[in-house]
Amino acid sequence: MSQILVEDLAKTYRVSERDPGLVGALKGLVRRRHRVVEALKGVSFSLEAGELLGFIGPNGAGKSTTIKILSGILKPDGGRVVVNGRVPFDDRIAHVAEIGVVFGQRTQLWWDLPVADGFDLLRDIYRLAPDRYRRTRDELVALLRLERVLDQPVRQLSLGQRMRAEIAAALLHEPPVLFLDEPTIGLDAPSKLAVREVVKRLNRERGVTVLLTTHDMHDIEALAQRVIVIGHGRVLADSPFEALRAGVLAERRLLVDFAHDAPNLALDGVTVRARDGQSLELAFDPARTPAPALIAAIAAEHAVVDIHVEQPAIEEVIARFYDLHGAVEA
Amino acid sequence: MELARPYAAAFASRFLLMLQYRAAAIAGFATQCWWGGIKVMIYAAFFAAAPAAAAEAPMTLAQVITYTWLAQALLALTPWSADPEIALAVRTGGVAYDRLRPLDTYALWYVRGAAWMASRAVPRATLMLLAAGFVLPLIGLSDWAWKPPATFAAAAFFAASLPLALALSAAFLMIVNLVVAATLTDRGPNVLFNALTIVFSGNLLPLALYPDWARTALLVQPFAGMLDIPLRLYVGELQGAAAFAGLALQAFWTLALVVLGRWALARVMCRLEVQGG
Repeated sequence: MSQILVEDLAKTYRVSERDPGLVGALKGLVRRRHRVVEALKGVSFSLEAGELLGFIGPNGAGKSTTIKILSGILKPDGGRVVVNGRVPFDDRIAHVAEIGVVFGQRTQLWWDLPVADGFDLLRDIYRLAPDRYRRTRDELVALLRLERVLDQPVRQLSLGQRMRAEIAAALLHEPPVLFLDEPTIGLDAPSKLAVREVVKRLNRERGVTVLLTTHDMHDIEALAQRVIVIGHGRVLADSPFEALRAGVLAERRLLVDFAHDAPNLALDGVTVRARDGQSLELAFDPARTPAPALIAAIAAEHAVVDIHVEQPAIEEVIARFYDLHGAVEA
Repeated sequence: MELARPYAAAFASRFLLMLQYRAAAIAGFATQCWWGGIKVMIYAAFFAAAPAAAAEAPMTLAQVITYTWLAQALLALTPWSADPEIALAVRTGGVAYDRLRPLDTYALWYVRGAAWMASRAVPRATLMLLAAGFVLPLIGLSDWAWKPPATFAAAAFFAASLPLALALSAAFLMIVNLVVAATLTDRGPNVLFNALTIVFSGNLLPLALYPDWARTALLVQPFAGMLDIPLRLYVGELQGAAAFAGLALQAFWTLALVVLGRWALARVMCRLEVQGG
């Protein structure tokens, strides 16, 4: 059986509403209006042990809600969830002992405690054996380069330092399953790389199953073998990223610098995306027009200084995908 | 032992952290000294102005004065506002992390709340004891001082009653916390429970000094066990069977509030919405 099984998951929230301004406020005193928002309406997927899954979708799509249900924090309104053979909310205490969770937007460490004291507190909270704890902690400290911040109170850490400490904190009890909810949000490039490196190593070397949500598509490119796109509380796609790209935006881009002003090209199956002085950006479908043929055709007619082929940026692929599915919330 | 380890660690961590806040302890002590002094003077004026009534009062002026200093010293042991850490966790969604610990959430919040109250009470009570118990007699104001327990038995009953008072206050604090968790704000609950606590715990006026018709009702309500019962035991106003009844009341209300709190927590968690993100 899969390590994580989600079937037809549903979750609704009640949102209070009132008309703007004084009249609205007074009406609200007498009669409250509520609207039921369906955060998840029938999400299903499964994950085998050792998989690394990227979970993406626009804001409000239901990613965090799914993670919170998988973590046992929220109670679903419908459907079935089984993680490590348990139902998270119903069997919460046993369940959470075997998962690690990082919410990128909050802190699980204690603001006023030095990082090392926070780790020690977690050792007692998870009832870890001292020797084993020390070994795990030292490994994580080395891996996440935390030596220099161990004595500092959490409130004085930079965001990058804090996030690395948060990830270490989520792993002290060596969970076989890791949920990361936007772990790279707001981080600088070196910190992002460090986070990705750690996630990759945990997954490869220790077989930790990882479910990761992010808005940074480079996280997905660097990490995820498989991507689930969620929008409006539904699974819109569940496939390897390259398959997603091929289905949505298979086109390639050709960037050409000419020796003179960019000419007006009229080639079949090729569109001009941008023109800037001596440069042109062309879009073409590699299935119809192979790149070598296109390059040869242009070079035969014009003096070309430089030329290179690109894939559309991953952000663009995803934006196009959201667009096609009307996934972005109003 | 292993079962209790996480809770003991959570208690110790909160207790030691809160002890660091020296300025807050000194400010709290100063405020409570000020109000204690005013109350002592008001009681003295009442007792002097109405000698006939004073003679019939269930407590002597000396008992009332000691009661007053103790009540000021132990104010931080009463649940007069929600645990700020939990109020913050509810507002920011940090409650999610509390639910991620392989622990009983009620017990975790309970020990943290107890640590919070105890850590605030210890420095304030120590300073108050020094000021009202030692400095006042030394400067010749022993009539206005905090006196030792009435008898050895009174001391023993007080020693048994004080931990029960903390257990009861922490159980009530959990009710306040859960009201905060359900309503997502701590301002309303704090104002309401602050007033209830100060009046019904005996901090405003010793419960024994209320009119006869109200006295029994005042003694059996849950707030009495947070201050009034331990203090009456200390000054020797509750003795013998009544003293045991006082301890039993404290234990009863603690148990009742824990049961209520656990039920409420399960309900709140079923319809929890984690704020933000």
